[in-house]
Amino acid sequence: MSVLRSVIDFAIGDAQAEKAVPPTGFTVRLTVFSAAAMAFLVVFALALSLAAGRLADRWSDELARSATVRISAPAEQMAAQTEAALNVLRTTEGVESARALSLDEQRALLAPWFGPELPLDALPLPQMIEVIETASGFDGDGLRLRLAGEVPGAVLDNHARWRGPVVSAASSLLLLGWVSIVLIALATGAMITLAANAALAANAQVIAVMRLVGARDSYIAQAFMRRFTLRALAGAAGGTLFGALALLLLPSASEEGGFLTGLGLQGAHWFLLILIPILAAVVAFFATRLAAHNTLRSLT
Amino acid sequence: MRAEVMRQKGRKLIEFERVAHSYSGGELFNEVSLRLAPGSFHFLTGPSGSGKTTFLKLCYGALVPSSGVVRIFEEDVRQMSRDDIALTRRRVGVVHQDCQFLDHLTLRENLALPLTVSGHEALDDDANLKELMGWVGLTTRADALPPELSGGERQRAALARALIMSPDVILADEPTGNVDWEMSQRLLTLLIELNRMGKTIMIATHDLGLIRAAKNHVQARVLRISERRLQLAGADL
Repeated sequence: MSVLRSVIDFAIGDAQAEKAVPPTGFTVRLTVFSAAAMAFLVVFALALSLAAGRLADRWSDELARSATVRISAPAEQMAAQTEAALNVLRTTEGVESARALSLDEQRALLAPWFGPELPLDALPLPQMIEVIETASGFDGDGLRLRLAGEVPGAVLDNHARWRGPVVSAASSLLLLGWVSIVLIALATGAMITLAANAALAANAQVIAVMRLVGARDSYIAQAFMRRFTLRALAGAAGGTLFGALALLLLPSASEEGGFLTGLGLQGAHWFLLILIPILAAVVAFFATRLAAHNTLRSLT
Repeated sequence: MRAEVMRQKGRKLIEFERVAHSYSGGELFNEVSLRLAPGSFHFLTGPSGSGKTTFLKLCYGALVPSSGVVRIFEEDVRQMSRDDIALTRRRVGVVHQDCQFLDHLTLRENLALPLTVSGHEALDDDANLKELMGWVGLTTRADALPPELSGGERQRAALARALIMSPDVILADEPTGNVDWEMSQRLLTLLIELNRMGKTIMIATHDLGLIRAAKNHVQARVLRISERRLQLAGADL
């Protein structure tokens, strides 16, 4: 409660102290613009991180428990080998279900590359069998040996070969997003520190007079800290609002669009945007505090 | 008020003990020892560059001596935190030659600044403030900005600001440097009046006429910085 009271007191400020320190125009604009631009970028970095996280989770979940058996055989043996493979799979420990994909399903898989009018009948395509694993999974090497013995044209692909790199790439993207947010916060802090230093230098005479008449450093610093914190809060709120509108204008997620159309925020993640102006204000508060105390320490 | 002075007689407001001060290799003064007693009146003289302003800055903690000890209200300035120094300045009124006002605030707001920074509410109708402005003859200039004031008005305003916290000590650095003779006499009268009210006064000035005029009305000690030493009326202290 006392923290809340302190925050409220800080936001309300001391009108006399505010009046004593005149605002310097260009630092106002610099702080508001920097905070707005940085908040705009954070919105996208956040959206990228969260989308990458969702993608990594989805791919990890979906691919981790599925495998594919591909049967390449002469047309007259295809049905027999498919049935033999299904029999092997049904009797394999760790396989929850196995089913051969229909022609329509195979056509749907190939449609993005060859178009919807693909004449599958005329092409020597392998038969695909989708395998869903139990939670404990199956012994891939053992299954490969059994398939090699009983279904010569079958090849087991448990996705491990490419699942790892894909999930790793998505995880890296997630990390990259968060690193970007941290870097943007640091850059915001640096810019606000520069602006605060400029404002302190421009007000050197004011500070000297206030010290002369008995003002404590904390009193003088408070006037600058409050001003820069509120400017950063306002600028970041504007930047976040524009970022959110830009996200809304992005195409919605769709199967066709794949990853690129899933960049927007989903559900409760929209509420995370509220944190961006607050984060900017916190960064501004501490950046200005550091700058003010460093400057004041050098004065008598 | 005199009773208060008598009560404080045993206290040392500002004390120098074998103080030396140097600027980038050049020594301004050394071996300076002095004690400002409550209710005393001092003039500090010396040629330009002799260290009068530095001496006053040492008196209110704006500088720390190169060697020796300066005690303000019995506290060693070296041991004082920046907050302690700030609190000390509320008990030491300082009047500079260049006055140092905030040009964007009105005269009333400038005079109330020491009250404001020490946490008092904004006192636009504060009786003390009004009385003080009347005492220095600036009631009609309350809403003027500092650049609109004449040199004499600025000096009187600086004196009023130095007094608003009712300090124990008033340090004035060439307070009559930018004003004519008549105004300097008026300022001197105000300072003598303050001394009679019990305030300890130290005025740094090279204006010997001002010192002579004061000696007719107040028992003042004249200190002179000469050849890096502080002397009293021609003799080493």
